[in-house]
Amino acid sequence: MSFDIAQIDHLARLARLKLTDQEKELYASQLANVFDYFQKLKTVDTTGVEPMSQIIPLKNVFRADESAISTEEIHQKIITNAPNKSGRHLVVKKIL
Amino acid sequence: MSSLHQLTIEQASAGLAKKEFSSVELTQACLDQIASSDHRLRAFINVFPEHALAQAEKADLAFRRGEALSVLAGIPYAAKDNFCTEGFATTAGSKILEKYLPPFESTTTQRLKDAGAVLLGKTNLDEFAMGGSTENSAFYPTKNPRDETRVPGGSSGGSAAAVANDEVIYALGTDTGGSVRQPASFCGVVGLKPTYGRTSRYGVMAMASSLDTISHLTKTVADSALVLQSIAGRDPHDSTSSNLALDNYSEEIKKPVKGLKIGLPQEYFTAEGIDPQVKEVIFSALKKVEELTGASAIPVNLSAPNYALACYYLIMPSEVSSNLARYDGIKYGLSVSGSDLFDTYQKSRGQGLGAEVKRRIILGTYALSHGYYDAYYQKACAVRSLIKKDFEQAFESVDLILSPVAPTTAYKIGEKIDDPLTMYLEDIFTVPMSLAGVPAISVPCGESDGLPVGLQIIGQWFDEKTVLRLAHHFEQNRE
Repeated sequence: MSFDIAQIDHLARLARLKLTDQEKELYASQLANVFDYFQKLKTVDTTGVEPMSQIIPLKNVFRADESAISTEEIHQKIITNAPNKSGRHLVVKKIL
Repeated sequence: MSSLHQLTIEQASAGLAKKEFSSVELTQACLDQIASSDHRLRAFINVFPEHALAQAEKADLAFRRGEALSVLAGIPYAAKDNFCTEGFATTAGSKILEKYLPPFESTTTQRLKDAGAVLLGKTNLDEFAMGGSTENSAFYPTKNPRDETRVPGGSSGGSAAAVANDEVIYALGTDTGGSVRQPASFCGVVGLKPTYGRTSRYGVMAMASSLDTISHLTKTVADSALVLQSIAGRDPHDSTSSNLALDNYSEEIKKPVKGLKIGLPQEYFTAEGIDPQVKEVIFSALKKVEELTGASAIPVNLSAPNYALACYYLIMPSEVSSNLARYDGIKYGLSVSGSDLFDTYQKSRGQGLGAEVKRRIILGTYALSHGYYDAYYQKACAVRSLIKKDFEQAFESVDLILSPVAPTTAYKIGEKIDDPLTMYLEDIFTVPMSLAGVPAISVPCGESDGLPVGLQIIGQWFDEKTVLRLAHHFEQNRE
């Protein structure tokens, strides 16, 4: 398999990753190598096999829909981590 | 008697109960060991001496009052730095979280806190637990205490090195595709990955949610049983945690092993890349196991492990690409201002995340993207069903399965880091169990050129007790 730089650009955009030209070239060649290895899965017959996403057969795990108490202290702990804030609020660049 | 920091949980707990020494003395002994050698090994990202000694004093007070205490009370441990610890820096080994202070506590560290355990510090790891050597830490690599020119394994390499070097009595890790079992093998300690769902993932930074398993590293199998007893069990905060009752692990491991049926997957011993000396050590361990159980191992059919490896390296990065979307430079962590919001996202992530993490995000994004989803992600999920079925069929005729943990012993720092596929191939014997969700332990079984080799004992879903039982008898009878 091969990946070109345009493909890596597209994937990086989807994943919101700014990559350097050097990184793009490196990933293109490394991913080609890794995907070559993945080709062996094509030889496995999975006709009629249900794809699995959850290993332990748990079903319908519910909890009561109750509001939890939030306090100013909890709020402070959360907002403290924000790199860009104004009082009790996160600051983000305008999107409109 | 050994120095205090060299004790096991069992020994330390007995000594504390008999007041032969205090928790403060025990904690100080571990802190001294860290001070004397961790500047070389670098098993820790952060150590909390004041907090640890305060916790130890609290435990000592409770001992003096004669309160009924957990077996883990007053005993120092370390947590891998992807467990959120309220008010204590939690970095996941990443620049993007270098200054992150969790506003909440993981269920596992909370359970240990409730048991009176002493948190000594947070250990180094491959960034967001992605890697098998701890070289992917954004801060520094950890060295193997058995040979400091070699890697300790990973991603829980800091935890494994800390336990192997007696810097702590035990440590928490996470195992998504072998991240506790492989470093246990490389450092010569015991590493248990319980059944997926046995332990709670709440408060541990998600890497691949269908695979991540909260696990631990100890000096002995009996200690592993004690830690499992304290951390396992249903947690309302993790809806994938199981409410199946726990067994009394410390009692169960003492039961005889005569008559246990052992399976041997032939394909695992003919796999590409397995070191002949490692194979030899595993076969001599197998002979010992056969003596203990009183019967020859039975061949079982598991698919060749390279299919599981391909399957794992599609499913895991797909989940990674989704889970790591939350690190966007807005709510917490590193933020690099760009020309607009999109640019802020991509610059923060581009600079804050390391090479392996970005590689896996790109890989997962591709496997999930339009036109490739069916060919890769969906196909891998179907193969995963077949892998689980393999284990179900094998366990119809045997109680446990034995295999190597890793194809090699600890390799040199820098030896494989530039070639991702070679690095991924190291996981060949640990990812099948992760995909199937079954419990597995790495127990030291010998050496190859002076470096430790681990034996992997694999059990049925939620049957940790039998895995621990054979591991315990094996450990007790090892030459």
